[in-house]
Amino acid sequence: VIAARIRQALAALASVPITLFGLILITFLIGRAMPIDPVIAIAGDHAPPDVIARVRLELGLDKPLPVQFAIYLRSLLQGDLGHSVMTSRPVTEDIARFFPATLELATVAIIIAVLVGVPLGVVSAWKQGSRLDHFVRIISLAGQSVPVFVLGLICLLVFYAKLGIAPGTGQVDVAYEGLVPRVSGMLVLDAAFDGQWDVFWDAVSHLAQPALVLAYFSMAYITRMTRAFMIEALSGEYIITARAKGLSATRILWRHAFGNIAVRLVTVLALAYAGLLEGAVITETVFSWPGLGLYLTGSLLNADMNAVLGATLVVGFVYVVLNLLADLAYHLMDPRVR
Amino acid sequence: MLSRRTILLTSVSGLALPAFDRRADAATPKNAVVMAKAIDDIVGAFDPAQSYEFANNEACGNLYRKLVVPDPNDTSKLVGDLAEKWDVSSDGLVLTFQIRSGVLFDSGKPLTADDVAFSLQRVVKLNLTPAFILTQFGWNADNVEKMIRATGVNTLVITLPEVQATSFVLYCLSATCGSIVEKATVLAHEASGDLGNSWLKTHSAGAGSYRLVDWQASDHIILEANPHAATKPDVSRLIVKHVAEPSAQLLLLQKGDTDIARDLNADQLKTLAGNAEYPVIRAGQLTSMYIALNMATPELQKVEARQALKYAIDYEAIAKNITPGLWFVWQSVLPKGVPSAISDAPFKKDVAKAKQLLAQAGYPNGFTLTLDHFSKSPFAEIAQAIQADLAAIGVTLNLQAGEQKQVISKMRARQHQMSMNTWFPDYLDANSNAQAFCANPDDSDASKLRILAWRSHFVDKEMTAAVADAAKELDNKKRDEIYAKLQRDFQQRAPFIMLLQNYEVDVMRKGVSGIAVGVLPDYTRYAKIAKA
Repeated sequence: VIAARIRQALAALASVPITLFGLILITFLIGRAMPIDPVIAIAGDHAPPDVIARVRLELGLDKPLPVQFAIYLRSLLQGDLGHSVMTSRPVTEDIARFFPATLELATVAIIIAVLVGVPLGVVSAWKQGSRLDHFVRIISLAGQSVPVFVLGLICLLVFYAKLGIAPGTGQVDVAYEGLVPRVSGMLVLDAAFDGQWDVFWDAVSHLAQPALVLAYFSMAYITRMTRAFMIEALSGEYIITARAKGLSATRILWRHAFGNIAVRLVTVLALAYAGLLEGAVITETVFSWPGLGLYLTGSLLNADMNAVLGATLVVGFVYVVLNLLADLAYHLMDPRVR
Repeated sequence: MLSRRTILLTSVSGLALPAFDRRADAATPKNAVVMAKAIDDIVGAFDPAQSYEFANNEACGNLYRKLVVPDPNDTSKLVGDLAEKWDVSSDGLVLTFQIRSGVLFDSGKPLTADDVAFSLQRVVKLNLTPAFILTQFGWNADNVEKMIRATGVNTLVITLPEVQATSFVLYCLSATCGSIVEKATVLAHEASGDLGNSWLKTHSAGAGSYRLVDWQASDHIILEANPHAATKPDVSRLIVKHVAEPSAQLLLLQKGDTDIARDLNADQLKTLAGNAEYPVIRAGQLTSMYIALNMATPELQKVEARQALKYAIDYEAIAKNITPGLWFVWQSVLPKGVPSAISDAPFKKDVAKAKQLLAQAGYPNGFTLTLDHFSKSPFAEIAQAIQADLAAIGVTLNLQAGEQKQVISKMRARQHQMSMNTWFPDYLDANSNAQAFCANPDDSDASKLRILAWRSHFVDKEMTAAVADAAKELDNKKRDEIYAKLQRDFQQRAPFIMLLQNYEVDVMRKGVSGIAVGVLPDYTRYAKIAKA
């Protein structure tokens, strides 16, 4: 049994580099096919031909495409993602700077989404056809249908502009900018570690809106999936048996039915979390959240290809790793897979 | 079960509600000015030898000082900044500058002629994007140390390899690449012979009113008052916050989270018009909006066809209805504010004349072309208006919207038919725009001058020669005459439709004042900004 599990884990691990290679190749090709000359991004539109020619040489754009890709891969294997035109820093340094903000936002969002979405899905399934069920389904449908940027703008308009109960965009008020030493890169944590509670609360207040917007989007998905799994589980014969035995509703619902869908929910939650990490792009733009999404958007508009490739790779890597962890968890938790 | 749900929901609310309970700050800090501005165009960061975009040029203008700068009240005149006075030899080849005494860098060390010579030599030796502004005079890495040198603590001698109009040279020295850096500090941070380029991208070593504290790309620039500056800022900290969306800038201004909004659009300005809570300043800028007509397109090769298009457009209606207060009609190749610019505006909408010209060109039934334009506002709206105007004379335009760099890339590759674009001079002298739009000595792919005329295959020997003559003319009066004729010839013959020129409109919170907006970002100054 242990050998089989090791084999499964190795097979899953082996798929990671292949997936990442595919991701790099496709992103690289899309980058080169873009109708924007990356040299302009560096040298500017007014640059004279000798500067243009020199930058083209420095970027290796004079070489055939396969050679360019091989050079990029070689650098990548040495941990070098190149320099960003936009920030004038190594892309690895930029990612270390921007990614924690995205991680902070997505993690808070997924925690809220799980804490609200799972119970709502369970209750909705238990009370199938009731008013509560209809209400939950409408809320979930809206969450999946309304574009995140629309929701984000509405939130800013209502809670910030009209009611004045939430702060505006950004990670922290300008007055607190640069006051907290950077440790984890997640401002809320860093402020707490440093004991700067004013900054902490300000950072929490700035985090609330984008996190809730993202959470709503994920919650809708989690609620719908939980509800569907639970309806299926509740129709099982073992539930009838449990009822016949006179077990309490709470025990039937949470121990017997929910216990059986938990394994499948792990995959859903992992995918939802990965989706948040990559899908925060729009939310970050709306809320000017200095995360990987904002970095990626700016890089794309500036044709900063090293930055685009690096950020895409990180997002893809996170997605693949979370998928892998979900697979492994599935193997560990589900006795039937064993 | 209900109690479990209640517990869960309460815990979630507990997490979220304290955040909403905190009201946003109603004001920016008293010791700081916050500006909302789109600053995601920064490339090359803050090294003046590399800075080339609007946002970093503007910051550099406040971090560094230069030998000379245009008079803010009359940009056709130059005034000394670091230069107390200067003399020009009778043959125009040698310029001798006397540098002011007592000017200090932000390190507290005195600024000398040696720092000035080093800074200018450094630009030439690094040869990064803006270096051509200096190397066009014939300086290169081999000769620059001999030709730009300090002959005393406060004396700098600049020798030109060949005769150039003095005002042309001086205006180029007033561009961002003419900024003076502290030699000792920069060399202390040199890495791999880069003359401190990597370090200066994210630090400053100047004698301007501010020094650079922090820069996060696409997020903020933080400047701090230079304690040794000659002009000490009223506020000690200046924060430029990146806010791309004009609507978000307006919101931040109204909520008191920013003191100045720099990029509001026409609709937003309309909502604030006449509101005493939001004082507005409007300053002329040098960006021209134009349409390039590619001469490789058969339909555009006859001058009558190009003139027909120029007479078909309702310029005033575009400025009045689409860009009120932000862009104004300007049909000269030299923008208003550039020395030698003329204000002639020969083209007004005249459908009958346009049709007649089109018939003379051999296209009585018109033709169909593609117009590339930026997808953002107001370019998309202007493209639609022009499409309607040209339809009235039988010319069908297919509109092709794209990202700014995409449209520019296509034009640089000379693949456009018509391309609506913008251009701003690299320096304030007339030569910058004249050369870009009029000069094309070699139309081949091997040309060393591939600017706007080359990109549209516009070859006009007379105009190319006029540009070269004006660059070397020492007599300013004669120079003006050459440029006046050049501008009028350009209007009639060139494959460019000059549409509009822009204003910068800044809106402030009541009690905030003092931003000095220059005609180019290099000349915008923050030092006098004050908060009541």
